Amino acid sequence: MKFIDIVKTAIANSFRSKLRTGLTVIAIFIGAFTLTITSGIGTGVTNYIDTQVTAIGAADVLTISKAADSTSSTTDGPAAYDPSKATTVSLGNGSRPGSTIQALTAKDITRIGKTPGILNIDPSVRVTPDYIEYDGTGKFEIIVNATATLTTADLAAGAQLDNASTTDEILLPTTYLKNLGFANAKAAIGQAVAIGITDYAGAQQEVRATVVGVQNETILGVGAGLNQTLTDTLHAIEVTGAPAGASDSYATATAHFDAESTPAEITAIKDDLATQGYASQTVADTIGSFQTVINVIIGVLNAFAVIALIAAGFGIINTLLMSVQERTREIGLMKAMGMNGGRVYTLFSTEAVFIGFLGSALGALAAVGVGSLVSNILADGVFSALPGLQVVQFAPTSIAIIIGVVMLIAFLAGTLPARAAARQNPIDALRYE
Amino acid sequence: MSVPVLSAQNIGKSYGSGTNRFNALKGVSLEIRAGESVAIVGKSGSGKSTLMHLLALLDDPDTGTLLVEGTDARTLKGTEVNRLRNQDFGFVFQQFFLTANATVLDNVVLPLKIAGVPPRERKARGMAALEQLELADKAKNKAITLSGGQKQRAVIARALVNNPKVIFADEPTGNLDTATGAVVEDILFALNKDKGITLIIVTHDIELAARCDRQIFIRDGREDTTESGAPRKRHAGAHAGAHA
Repeated sequence: MKFIDIVKTAIANSFRSKLRTGLTVIAIFIGAFTLTITSGIGTGVTNYIDTQVTAIGAADVLTISKAADSTSSTTDGPAAYDPSKATTVSLGNGSRPGSTIQALTAKDITRIGKTPGILNIDPSVRVTPDYIEYDGTGKFEIIVNATATLTTADLAAGAQLDNASTTDEILLPTTYLKNLGFANAKAAIGQAVAIGITDYAGAQQEVRATVVGVQNETILGVGAGLNQTLTDTLHAIEVTGAPAGASDSYATATAHFDAESTPAEITAIKDDLATQGYASQTVADTIGSFQTVINVIIGVLNAFAVIALIAAGFGIINTLLMSVQERTREIGLMKAMGMNGGRVYTLFSTEAVFIGFLGSALGALAAVGVGSLVSNILADGVFSALPGLQVVQFAPTSIAIIIGVVMLIAFLAGTLPARAAARQNPIDALRYE
Repeated sequence: MSVPVLSAQNIGKSYGSGTNRFNALKGVSLEIRAGESVAIVGKSGSGKSTLMHLLALLDDPDTGTLLVEGTDARTLKGTEVNRLRNQDFGFVFQQFFLTANATVLDNVVLPLKIAGVPPRERKARGMAALEQLELADKAKNKAITLSGGQKQRAVIARALVNNPKVIFADEPTGNLDTATGAVVEDILFALNKDKGITLIIVTHDIELAARCDRQIFIRDGREDTTESGAPRKRHAGAHAGAHA
């Protein structure tokens, strides 16, 4: 029997008992549907994070802070006072409320700068401007995105911030446009805005900056992005009139290393810093820990879907065992007519695989339909504050993998009945005396 | 003298083991030559079906030797046995064994499908076999819609489709009324006579057996030589005359 005939016969056979096949297909459908939806959510959320954060702009940046102090553990009580230690500072935006870490001092910065592999180091400066104004149409509060220089923005118009540029550049979020009086994102590019900031003595000053780009709002820091030059300019104003040393402590510092570094070299730099008492993270680490959490959630959901599929597998075993029993004489006849056991085995496994394919293809198709619909509704509703988030997204490869895996499960489930069929003796099957 | 198509030498077969052991066949020898029609006659449980199964290579004898065209069946490989059953043997069963919901044509071409014949040729040969049995107009009908006689004719078409050398018929008229049974008999004997197909009929019907060239009587797993052997042609043509 040719393979194509085996496939055709198997498909025809699976439709012979429509109700039984239908029920088994439903069981597989449920599993495949769940699996496709969860993997779609995984893809959607991961894609979103990828576009939001990475764009893998600053792969050569380490964010460095003082390592958590071991003496401040809960069992040992307070550590002895050390006057040379810097005071603690709040991490601020994004961290656990009230959490503090040991601040980095100028001495620390120098030490980190001397670490092999570190090309340069800049203490992270947080500036707090008072307002932003365009064309005298009114002053608005401004929030500065502290991570702007570390990441590549998801642009709506214009260009990325250029940290090497000597001009003061600013990147505006789309939400600022209307209030500031810009008609659209394009109209804002190249325009000059005024930023107001108060110096240490309490006097307000104004700095002019050029809008180089407009970015879609991100989940990793809402607000305007400033390039290094503008940050330095604003910081210089902020510390004007301050007593020496007053601003000499930083929560974190950003260091650059060779962009060509291998993962092993990066690990070596991080280990070196760790022995000196500094904690360091690359952008990839930060994103990685974020993605790990999502992957774990997706993994748990997938596990449930797989359990459903295993249950469906037993449905396949049951369906096929019944049909082997029903078709005993037919199998006997085919064997009497010279069909070998291997072909009979292939015939029944193909039937199992086909049932698996039917269930998984329908399940995946339904999941894509329902998922896209729900995702669109959510994007316009609950998630409208997060532009660009399609919470369920489907990658053709992952759908293909799901269908493949389900067919594999079906094949494995089919082996038992197929073996029973292949081993049947034509005589026993045809005996009727 | 040519080599017999099938030659059994003292073949025996038993089922079960221990106290449940049942000797279905206790040593039968026979030779079947090309173009012969042979009846294997016996009551229920006499072992006649077991003998046919052994001759058709559907089962292996426990004792004795079976030669297929001079070759010991035990030395044949599985693939050769399958090829033999598929291409040299045709089977007609009392209970038809047609797939109820498949078309008559699909049922008839099953041996060709197993042999791996391409679809176009399958259809042509299947239709030719159906035409021979005057069933061509029923080719697209489901097998379940056929009458008993039509079913048995479809089964014969299926047995014929591979141009076999030997047709094994197990109680071919057992499920049919006398008139349709006679038609089926006539078809089988015409094939034997016109195409030279060797016919081996298992039956308990003495009249059907009498139409064969030779009868082999089986009783309690042994050949009953008091009745076997001599060709008894006295009924030959009797049915043909009545139902032609």
